[in-house]
Amino acid sequence: MMLGFPHMAQIGNYALLLALALSLYSFVAGIFAIVTPGEMSERVGETARRAGIVVFVCVLLAAVALVTAAFRNDFSIAYIFHHSNRDLPAPYKFAVLWSGQEGSLLFWSLLLSGYGFVLRLRYKTDPRLFAYASVVMAGVQIFFLLLVNIAANPFGLIDGPPRADGSGLNALLQYPEMVIHPPMLYLGYVGFTVPFAFALGALIMKYPGEKWIRITRRWTMVTWAFLTCGVFLGSHWAYYVLGWGGYWGWDPVENASLMPWLVGTAFLHSVMMQEKRGMLKVWNMWLVFGTFWLAILGTFLTRSGIISSVHAFAQSSIGSWFAYFLAITFAVFVFFFVKNHNHLRSEHRLESLISRESSFLFNNLLFLLLTLDVLWGTWFPKISELVQGNKVTVGAPFYNRVAVPVALFLLLLTALGPLLAWRKTSFESLKRNFKWPTILSVAVALFVMFAPQSWGSIFGMRPWKDISYFYSLMTIFLSSLVAFTVASEFYRGGRVISEKTGQGMFASMVQLTHRNTRRYGGYIVHIGVVLVMIGFSGSAFNQEKEMEMGYGDKMDIGSYQLVCRSYTQDDNANQFTEWAIMDVYQGGKKIDSMTPQRIVYHASNQPSTKPDIRSNFKEDLYLVYEGQNDKGQPVIKAHVNPMVIWIWIGAWVMIVGTGLGLVESAPAPVAVRVPKVLERASATPVVTGD
Amino acid sequence: MALLCAAVFALSGAGDPASRFTEVGHQLMCICSCGQVLLECNHVGCPSSDGMRNELMAAISRGDSDSLVEQSFVQKYGPTVLAAPTTAGFDRAAWIMPFVAFVLGVGVVVLVVRAWKNRPEPAIADGLHPSTGAEFDQFREQARKETDL
Repeated sequence: MMLGFPHMAQIGNYALLLALALSLYSFVAGIFAIVTPGEMSERVGETARRAGIVVFVCVLLAAVALVTAAFRNDFSIAYIFHHSNRDLPAPYKFAVLWSGQEGSLLFWSLLLSGYGFVLRLRYKTDPRLFAYASVVMAGVQIFFLLLVNIAANPFGLIDGPPRADGSGLNALLQYPEMVIHPPMLYLGYVGFTVPFAFALGALIMKYPGEKWIRITRRWTMVTWAFLTCGVFLGSHWAYYVLGWGGYWGWDPVENASLMPWLVGTAFLHSVMMQEKRGMLKVWNMWLVFGTFWLAILGTFLTRSGIISSVHAFAQSSIGSWFAYFLAITFAVFVFFFVKNHNHLRSEHRLESLISRESSFLFNNLLFLLLTLDVLWGTWFPKISELVQGNKVTVGAPFYNRVAVPVALFLLLLTALGPLLAWRKTSFESLKRNFKWPTILSVAVALFVMFAPQSWGSIFGMRPWKDISYFYSLMTIFLSSLVAFTVASEFYRGGRVISEKTGQGMFASMVQLTHRNTRRYGGYIVHIGVVLVMIGFSGSAFNQEKEMEMGYGDKMDIGSYQLVCRSYTQDDNANQFTEWAIMDVYQGGKKIDSMTPQRIVYHASNQPSTKPDIRSNFKEDLYLVYEGQNDKGQPVIKAHVNPMVIWIWIGAWVMIVGTGLGLVESAPAPVAVRVPKVLERASATPVVTGD
Repeated sequence: MALLCAAVFALSGAGDPASRFTEVGHQLMCICSCGQVLLECNHVGCPSSDGMRNELMAAISRGDSDSLVEQSFVQKYGPTVLAAPTTAGFDRAAWIMPFVAFVLGVGVVVLVVRAWKNRPEPAIADGLHPSTGAEFDQFREQARKETDL
């Protein structure tokens, strides 16, 4: 303990205890205010709201205390001892907050209280709904605060005298994206509590109308964007750090982030049905609950040790806490659903199978199917152990076989869905809308098949030679179909505005987008998805080679020739590094020098590789320093991975599209003359497309 | 497309030793607990992957079939060495379940679509005359002309 300064552990513990007490008060008082009519209950409700706000302040104080302890190298705190050391660079000391079990649970509590803070400040949007949602948030907050106060306290002190130095941060986590990836992921995971709180609140109070779904949708979009960021940052991190040349391993922890993302995406689509047509109300309720529940399930998977994963935290007893919490939330939701589901009746009928309503139904089916496939594959090793007494591995070959075809159908629906009208689409309209995009997409597919292979790995492919080549070609064809249908939407709408206003085409498209940011922002997200899928399609053509390389030795891979110029090593306070300097030649000309490295961190004595990657729009050249042979020469593994950069570009486009979708639409400047007959409108409203 | 699918399934599988090594190597897991497929093990200083790869190469050079190679690895390292469940015994459930879910899901969607289509028309209050749509034909035609590619 630093003389004259309060111990951070004391501050942290008191702050967490106070936060728990205030959450309990916010929960109980909130319920009292809801169920009891009268002026006094309104005042009590206001104190509940304010208590919820102060919870954020307390948890923030605890988080600041933990980070301060890391920067002060206070190794009397067990958590700091296990996850930090004196020579750890500052950004990673900050990231100590989320790098271990207890700290990450504190971080979760912080984000949850932060979301609650914002929600409670914005209560005037709909005071009654927000009061219900606030109670639900308080209930979830109580669980996480119980965890960090009792089962996973980050401020526990080490036994015996304080150590001079800590164990350091896991070598794999010492990478810039370590500072960003977990916060993004957690903002996504935790954020799904908010839509759930609104949904459960609306269910309990039998909320009249659809305003709650509009409020919920915006929160879900923000949360979804964070989770998308988190998932892709994780993939990027795996690709740039782990050195196996891939970006997705279908590890249980990766799957745990994918499942709520899939269900959340399904919700963001089907919510349009409820807003426009008053349909799928029951379904949306369950989707919102499912997204939240899967986020908690994912956390349970990573922390319980029930399923093996290289990403998982160390095993602990908190798995049972999460199991109980999952059971309680499920029971509470089912109780209120059974009690109040009658007010969730759909308002309209389906008029045609060829309609946007049907496409959303099938869209949801496919997203749910993908989620189920991933959930089944993740749990099957455990199920197999229970049933037949031995574990099996469920890896990439399983997911590639079951998930890829579903993903391709989804891509097809992505192309078809936006061009189908609400209620009914005529066959003539279908033919008109899809004729040119289909012709152009077939042309692209044929071009890819018959272009010279020298242009790149994916060209000249023969889809009948391997199933992965076939999937790759289908991905390119369907991605092109999506791109061309989206382009036709922008072009046609832009042309109409251009003709009416005299503006140029680009300005007209911008105005078009601004008039309906949600729709056209959604189209841009679809383009992002297309780019990501094109990036995935290149994986069928990956090449790899491994070789021991002395001075001047050469390796040929793809269109590259690698020459080992030299190899050396370096030692500093934090790490010991070995690296090779490889000259890269293409067409006989030197184009680059690359330095793959192998690092051993002193504090933890953990080795890790740091690949060097040369990216362009066509392919990545990916070099890994695998180790040394008996003569001390480096063993270099080289990969050529086509189209990978499009995954990261696509992810950015998805985020931009989501951001655009959150911008308020501008009103149309052109006055619309409505025929008189509509003023005595039918009971069935005529709606335009989204 | 059906012919292309059939051709893919009929012709995929055959290959030279190098491509067989790559294909079978991606069906096996490294047992060093890295959680990676054998040919992608990135565990620095892995004590297992080199030996396993040499065994795989030797088996393929001997002319062993894919199933024989996999069986010998399972006998030596246990069932978790396979990167995916087999199609025998309870392992079959891993492959059947997604298909069953798809069929059930399609069935549910069909039922829901039928139920929605069979819903009665909404009641119309007295004095209101729902539009037949004919008066919008000119606007539809105008919209079609303006947005045609």
